[in-house]
This record gives sequence, C-alpha cells and structure tokens, in this order.
Amino acid sequence: MLLYFIKRIFLGILIISVAVTLMFCMIHLVPGDPARIMLGPRATPEMIADISMRMGLDQPLVIQLMKFLGNILKGDLGIDVISSRPVTAIVFGQLPYTLWLIFTAIFGAMLIGIPLGCYSALHRNTLADRVTGVISVACITAPSFVVALYSLLIFAVTLKWFPAIGAGVKGDFFDQATHLVLPAFAIGISWVGYLSRLVRASMLEVLGENHIRTARAYGLTEFTIVYRYALKIAILPTVTVIGVGMGFLISAAVFTEVVFARPGLGKLIIDSITTRNYPVVMGSVLISTGLFVISTTISDLVNASLDPRIRANL
Amino acid sequence: MSENVLRIRDLSVNYQTDRGVLKAIRHVNLDIPKGSIVGVVGESGCGKSTLITSIIRQLDDNADIPNGSIEFEKQDLLKLSLDKMRNISGTKLSIVFQDPMSTLNPVLSIGRQMIDIQYRDKISKKRKKQRSIDMLTKVGIPDPRNQLNQYPYELSGGMQQRVSIAMALQAGPSLLIADEPTTALDTTLEVQILKLLKDLQEEMGCSILFVSHHLGVIAELCDHVVVMYAGEIVEHGSTYEIFNNPAHPYTVKLLECDPASISKKQRLLPTIPGEIPDLINLSGGCIFKNRCDQSIDRCDKHTPLLNEFNKNHFVSCHLIES
Repeated sequence: MLLYFIKRIFLGILIISVAVTLMFCMIHLVPGDPARIMLGPRATPEMIADISMRMGLDQPLVIQLMKFLGNILKGDLGIDVISSRPVTAIVFGQLPYTLWLIFTAIFGAMLIGIPLGCYSALHRNTLADRVTGVISVACITAPSFVVALYSLLIFAVTLKWFPAIGAGVKGDFFDQATHLVLPAFAIGISWVGYLSRLVRASMLEVLGENHIRTARAYGLTEFTIVYRYALKIAILPTVTVIGVGMGFLISAAVFTEVVFARPGLGKLIIDSITTRNYPVVMGSVLISTGLFVISTTISDLVNASLDPRIRANL
Repeated sequence: MSENVLRIRDLSVNYQTDRGVLKAIRHVNLDIPKGSIVGVVGESGCGKSTLITSIIRQLDDNADIPNGSIEFEKQDLLKLSLDKMRNISGTKLSIVFQDPMSTLNPVLSIGRQMIDIQYRDKISKKRKKQRSIDMLTKVGIPDPRNQLNQYPYELSGGMQQRVSIAMALQAGPSLLIADEPTTALDTTLEVQILKLLKDLQEEMGCSILFVSHHLGVIAELCDHVVVMYAGEIVEHGSTYEIFNNPAHPYTVKLLECDPASISKKQRLLPTIPGEIPDLINLSGGCIFKNRCDQSIDRCDKHTPLLNEFNKNHFVSCHLIES
C-alpha cells in the first residue's frame, strides 16, 4: 500500500513535469512577442523591455523553465503581469466552477449511463436494447461543443427553460444549479452513451461467468445478482475509464465554458492564451494535469476497494 | 417401494443452432429414490450438463423443452414460476459445480456469500454467521471464523470446493446435484471430497445426483448408476449390476476403457472407435449403432427400448431383447 503511494506520487510528479515542459515549449512556439501583443501597437520599446523583464522573457528558455519549475516546488505559480495578482489565487478562484461542472456532468452520466447499460445487458437483443444502443452511439458521436451550442439555442434561447450565460449569482445555490444544467448536459451526454455501452459489454461478460450461475442456483434475487454480485465486477473497467477520462472532461469543459460564457479553468486557459498571459496559462495547465493525476489515483483506489484481488496487489 | 425425490419423465431438450435443431437429450426417464446416491456417467457431449441445467432451470436462451416433466417433491419444476423456482433453488435443491475456482464470486468474502444465500431466513445476522461457521466446520475447514473474512482467491481449489459444498448443504436440501465436483481437483483431494460428500449425505439424509465421467468415482460413491450416451439413457441399474454385469455394448466398452480395469501392460490405451452421432441430423434406429461392433439389421431401423434385463437393471439394446 505504502509502496503504491510512493509509486503514484513519483509517477504524478513525472506526468506533471512532462506536461508542463511540453506546454512551456508549445507556448513559445506560438508566433508573436507576448509583451508587444499585451501592450498594443503603440507601445514604446522601453515599455516592452520592462514587461519582458518582469515576465522573465529576456532570459534564455532553459533558465525560464528551470525558474518556473523551481517556483512550483515552492507553491508559487508566479504573478499575472496584467492584473498583478498571484496566479495561484486566480487559478484556484476559477477551479471550483470547473470542478462543479465536471462532477455534475460525470455523476449525472453515471447515474443514467450505468443503469442503462445494466438494463441493456439484461435485455440483450430485444428492441429496447437495440434502441438504447442506437441512441447511445449517437450520444457518443455528438461533440460537446455542438451539443452545447444547440442546447443553448433550444433550451435557453427558444424555450427559455434555463439561463444562457454565466454561472449564476454567488451564494444563491438554486441560481447556480440552474446555470449548471445545460453546460453539464453538454459535457455529460456523450458520457451517458459511452458508459452505457461500456457497462453493457462488461456486464454481459460477467453475467456469463460461472459464479453468476452459482448465485442463480442458490436462488438469490435477480436484483441482488445484477446489482450486488455482477455490477461490483462489471463496474471495474468503467471506473478506470472515468479516471482517465478526466483529461477529456477538462477539454470538453474548455469548449463548454466558452460557449456558455461560464467562468472556469477552461475559459481562463482560452482567455490567457489569446492575451499571451503565460504565467496564467502555465498555472492552469499545471492544475488540470494535477486533476488528471488525482483522478486516476482515485479510480485506482476505488477499484482496489471493490476488488480484493487488486487490493492485494496494491 | 421407496419414495422418489426426483422423477424425470420423457424429458427432451432441444437447442436452436445455426445448422438446425440439436436434440441434446431425448425422452429421458430418471428416478432418484429418497436418501440414495445416483450416478450419471457418460462421455463429453452425452447430455449430462444439459440434464442438470434443465433440472435447475438454467438452460441457455436457445434451448427449449418440447416434452417431459421434472417432478421434484411432487411438483413439476418445469411448470413452476420463476419466483417459486427461486424459493426451491439453494434450499430444497442445491448444486455443487465442477470448477471450484470459478464458482464463488471473486469480489465478495466467503462469509458475505454464505450469509447472503440465507436471505430467506428471518433470523439475526449473528445467527446466520454462526450457522455458516458450523457448516464450514462440518466440511472440515480449519479456523472457520477467520475463513469467513477471506476471499475465494485466498483459498486453494480444494478449500473452495469445501466452501461450495458447505453453501450447498447449508439449508439442508433434499437433493444435492454434484456436477463433476472433483474433476478439477487432484486425486488426493478427490478422495477427501468424495468421502466428505458421502459422510455428509449419510448425516443429513439427502439424495445426491452425482454426475461424472470418472467410473471409479461413480463405483465408489453411488448406489445406482445411469449410463448416458448421446442424449439417451442406454442402461441403468444398481452399481453392482452395472460394474459386474454390464449388458449394453457401450457400457461394456466404457468399462474396458477405464484405465483402472487394465491389468496387463499395453502400449495403447483402449478407446471406443468412432464419434458421437450428429445430434442435428439423427437417423432412426439405435443411437450407438455406428460405433457398435455387434449391430444387427434391426439396429438400423428400430429404436430399442429400455427393458428389464435383470432385477433392477434396465438396458436398451436389441441384442438383449432377442
């Protein structure tokens, strides 16, 4: 167990540093001098030199990277040159919006997708199974930004069921919840299809195993057999996929937050890339990579709690 | 005459396949008297598994039962609703499966599984647990209290099979079906498990339907032997009769093939030449005719019926009739 955590932490550090280094190099490949873009066409060379110095852009790339990585270890992500606020404060200020969005989307998708998959598996090759199959695949193939745009048009603009823009008034839970519905729907809908297909496949496999035949021979109820005996095994691959899916969820959140003009990590990344606000871009990427590492670790631990054989090898 | 726990009459099972209807078992009659051990023996594909799965009503979706009845304690299992069948399964009618390593749920503890199957009993969880511990003690599992917290993968194959037996007998069934319970185990374990089954059967007074392709095991354990071939019962009788006075050519050959019966050293083990007939395109007549070296003209045209050959010994063969 302890060894597992040491391995995990080491791997996490490795993933984060590779991601951050890659992002660092990619940012510097984007054409245009950030200081010049930031200050506009009428900036004097002195002003540009001043900003460049404050952002550390006058130093060689390697030194910049080393400094950045060194600062991370101190928990310092740098200072936003535009607002002069610490990047950590900005990123962690936006993080809760994205987390709420992602968790609502994925938990909603699990709540619908997993029972749907079980239902399909139990009613294999019936009309209901085929219909859910077609709908699921259609859901998987719908890109989140397309769903976002259309749900915005239909449910917010035409039908006026839900608000269109923003994240709601701070402190007003109901208002924030209604603002969450459409963006979460846009991200979650493809996961509903994905999870239901995945659960169906692994459920069918488990239901064909010998121990399920045993459970039936002991007269256990169908509910116990499916939801307590089979699902506990059938859910394992799904947990792994959700853990790794954190990366896809974050990128889906980027599009959705832009479409709904919601505050959040995704919108922050887009905004700061267009203004070449390097420290904020780097800070956001670092945090999203961290989220990914944490979510894969959590999915590992969930699997270990479900399956004693995995637990024994941890 | 003693009462029968299980009474199968004229049972046939068909499977729908891509090539046509596969007639897996045809017109099978089988009685299991109260308190006795009946062995079913036959090679792979003879319909042993189909017979068992139709008794416990777990046939695959592509199977159907065109005719027959399976009477268990005076009620036809085939006519029971699924709910009523569920009430019998695991209580009055239990089964021990072939491969102990895969019959227990791998992610639930032994104790959890043993307590779960007592869900019908309105007693406290503590008493259910105590009952499980008692049962594990009975099947010879050391330190049963701690074993309840173990998971199946932490036990050896022999121990897992003991747990399966404990679970099957926990509710005191009147019939235990044992589907090749020792095939996956090594010989020393096999002897132990068989002895355990026999002891428990005597103690609890249940009947056992014991299915195996291992003749030695059948001879050791059973009171009565049923020989199946290609979906039909070709011969049945008391164990003594079948092993000392076999009448059907298939049974004779089967006994000759048993390695234990070979007395002198020979390079090749005896076999029965030929294969089981295609159960999709069955031609009439005797089912064994294409592998039988004594077949006569009648065998091609007429299907032989089971006739009493000796006291408590029935054979379906034209050679015996004439």
